[in-house]
Amino acid sequence: MASKRNPMAALGEHAEGLEPFAGFNAKAPFITGPKADGDRKIVESVEEAVRRVGLKDGMTISFHHAFREGDKVINLVVETLARMGFKDLTLAPSSLLGANAAIIPHIESGVITKLYTSGLRGKLGEAISNGLMDTPVTFHSHGGRVALIDKGEIKIDVAFLGVSACDPFGNANGTSGRSWCGSLGYAMVDAMHADKVVMLTEEVVPFPNTPASIRQDQVDWVVQVEEVGDPAKISVGAARATTNPRELLIARLCAEVMEHAGYFEDGFSMQTGTGGSSTATSRFLERRMREKGIKAAWALGGQTGGMVDLHQKGLIDTLIDTQSFDAVAARSLAESPKHMEISTHFYANPFSKGAVVDRLDMVILSALEIDLDFNVNVLTGSDGVVRGAVGGHADTAAGANLSIVVGPLLRTRIPTVVESVTTRVTPGETVGVLVTDHGIAVNPNRPDVAERLKAANLPVVPIEDLYRKAIAISGKPEPLHFLDKVVGHVRYRDGSVIDTVRQIAP
Amino acid sequence: MELKQEALAGTLESSDLFIRVSPSEDPLEIAIESEVIHQFGEQIRATVEEVLAHLGVTRGVIVIQDKGALDCTIRARLQAAVMRAAGETKMDWEALK
Amino acid sequence: MKLRRSMLFVPGANAASLSTAFLFRPDAVMFDLEDAVSLREKDAARLLVFHTLQQPLYDGIERVVRINPLDTPFGRDDLEASVRGGADTIRLPKTDTPEQVQELEAAVEEIERDCGRAVGSTHLMAAIESASGVVNALAIAQASPRITGIALAGFDYVMDMQTERGDGTELFYARCAVLHAARAARIDAFDVVFSNLDDEEGFLKEVALIKKLGFNGKSLINPRQIELLHNAYAPTQEEVDYAKRVVAAAKKAEKQGLGVIALGGKMIDGPVVDNARRVLDKAAASGLRKE
Repeated sequence: MASKRNPMAALGEHAEGLEPFAGFNAKAPFITGPKADGDRKIVESVEEAVRRVGLKDGMTISFHHAFREGDKVINLVVETLARMGFKDLTLAPSSLLGANAAIIPHIESGVITKLYTSGLRGKLGEAISNGLMDTPVTFHSHGGRVALIDKGEIKIDVAFLGVSACDPFGNANGTSGRSWCGSLGYAMVDAMHADKVVMLTEEVVPFPNTPASIRQDQVDWVVQVEEVGDPAKISVGAARATTNPRELLIARLCAEVMEHAGYFEDGFSMQTGTGGSSTATSRFLERRMREKGIKAAWALGGQTGGMVDLHQKGLIDTLIDTQSFDAVAARSLAESPKHMEISTHFYANPFSKGAVVDRLDMVILSALEIDLDFNVNVLTGSDGVVRGAVGGHADTAAGANLSIVVGPLLRTRIPTVVESVTTRVTPGETVGVLVTDHGIAVNPNRPDVAERLKAANLPVVPIEDLYRKAIAISGKPEPLHFLDKVVGHVRYRDGSVIDTVRQIAP
Repeated sequence: MELKQEALAGTLESSDLFIRVSPSEDPLEIAIESEVIHQFGEQIRATVEEVLAHLGVTRGVIVIQDKGALDCTIRARLQAAVMRAAGETKMDWEALK
Repeated sequence: MKLRRSMLFVPGANAASLSTAFLFRPDAVMFDLEDAVSLREKDAARLLVFHTLQQPLYDGIERVVRINPLDTPFGRDDLEASVRGGADTIRLPKTDTPEQVQELEAAVEEIERDCGRAVGSTHLMAAIESASGVVNALAIAQASPRITGIALAGFDYVMDMQTERGDGTELFYARCAVLHAARAARIDAFDVVFSNLDDEEGFLKEVALIKKLGFNGKSLINPRQIELLHNAYAPTQEEVDYAKRVVAAAKKAEKQGLGVIALGGKMIDGPVVDNARRVLDKAAASGLRKE
């Protein structure tokens, strides 16, 4: 009776723009035929994947940096693209680290001409600060990156996402295979927004790989590579444990501030960060939580073994994780049902329908410099060279009820408290308390907090006093010399320009 | 004070400095390498020159690798290096101030 | 009230430690030119300490310098550097006789006159490190009006006694002797260092013992021990409450012109009132004990 069925004719004028049915696989030929198997996304090489996605000169490529200093993907892909003769690409990873110095020659040769990143370290930071690129680098926060993607300023054409294990359809997480990075919080954003997604994986595991942090409906191609990252190097650099008595001193003071600032009550939330002092703070916090019978409802952020320890002891109910900073955190993500993996969109995008940072009680943050207006620089060093990252600093400072910046007053001879920061990353209006080894300063916009800390007999002094103390010890630093050329601009989390970074004088 | 032999003082640890002083027929030659050269280079040089002047050192080669030492550390290490190079054991406290 | 609970050892040749030790707020720092400094670095350490003493870093903290014994080639120069640098107190190691203290006192006075420092402004402290030192403790404690404290140093002492550090039994007599000498001479007494940094429990046990014996405090080698020590020495809320009641009762008795002080139906003696005042001073200076 098929001849009688003529839906197009029956539709008459309503058929315009519609197509008649032409067989079950006419539109999706890969469902059947000789390559009808589930391996159709697997390609032999990165080159092949690049050809299949149709990458062209001038396009934007992206990466995640969950493996931090252990990352093997960014350098590998950029080198491959250079070999294939691509030019004028925009590189938009979630961040870059010291290990990415290998891309310097590919910037020099014009393979990469534009760069978006949360931060730069090592030789790459030095090269950028010395004027390596013609177009200024855009520095963004983790939440701000997603906002720039939402806005269309960063339009990711192809995301290359490294994972240790992935199934043939592209389902992937950071807790299977042999090189765990834990949370794929950065990569989830790229998978969501990139036009094409290429997974680079150390091994292809049977379908379905679960949980699927990166989902098959987001993935175009899967390439097996030798290695994507060395998890042992995730905690090198930014995140480390400490036995340094000065850091412990700061950590103890920080725990006291957390206890007495007005937010330490049952069901509170916190993000402790990954600096030496902030990780140590969790140890001091445990005793105070037990003494007062207080538990945290949740802890956010880059998760570490210290936070997992409190979670396992029942002192933190839920861990919310955008990046796992060590193997203990990655293991916990795999095993604890209350260790929750979230994207940086969910974490901190100011224009998402709900960023977790907005619900945060207290956050501990680091600083390379903090000035008399409490503005914080976490991007450029005392010599003006880019050697840090915006990270979630500006995001959490803005969202949390109280942001606590911790750091030594002096790093060898270099004062942390300065008249005016070299680079403004986080605006002072969002910074509540500064904790140093020489005392505590409270932002004048938080008289409530100052009052509570003083009532607890904590050494609260005006930030000007800390500045004078620093200068008395170190001498007044000579001003840095910069050239006029702007090598980078710092975008606040809402996309606005908050500062620029200039080329350092030779 | 006359430098009679090469002498070393200090360490390469953080917040310290390492100094090598050697005798020379020529006027003073001072080479400073520092982690904090951008912000404290001039102050370090001024301290070094002041210490050498107080000790009456007018000839020699002074090579400094600074790891962010405070001014008082620079003074102490340089005085120690010069006294060692001069073979001087008697402390002239006024000159050492 | 100036407390002398903690005396933190700082190696004299370590530039980083010299420029940061004040951060840990010990009651006193002891810049060490003796055992912590190798023979070839004695000159440099002396200069480092000389210049550190002249910095404002240690304001509010008693600055003690442990010099080499005066019969070594280093002792006299160490003393010059310390007195001229402005040290509050000179700690003499291996003090066996009162004559050593008198010899030190004479040398200090000579340097004070020479550099224009007020005569008598440099205090002395004797470290007792041998059996003869313990036996002579009282004479040493009374050897000079400049002496403000004596300290027992355990390591050399137990060697001299042909024993070793253990549960404290080996130090029992020395602790009691040194402490009695100090109290009889109305000066302070400091206990030995506790060297196992990882044994927090053992440290607190030893602190509890020496506090009970009556020592003012202890020499320390790690900044981490300072807070533990200060907290152990801080009075409890209960002690403070009782002391307040005692002092109030004493005031009331004085007002009423009564010779007898009564609290809760009990008579209270003068020394109890003195002790209560000390507890309140201590609380004001160090805060209350955190459990």
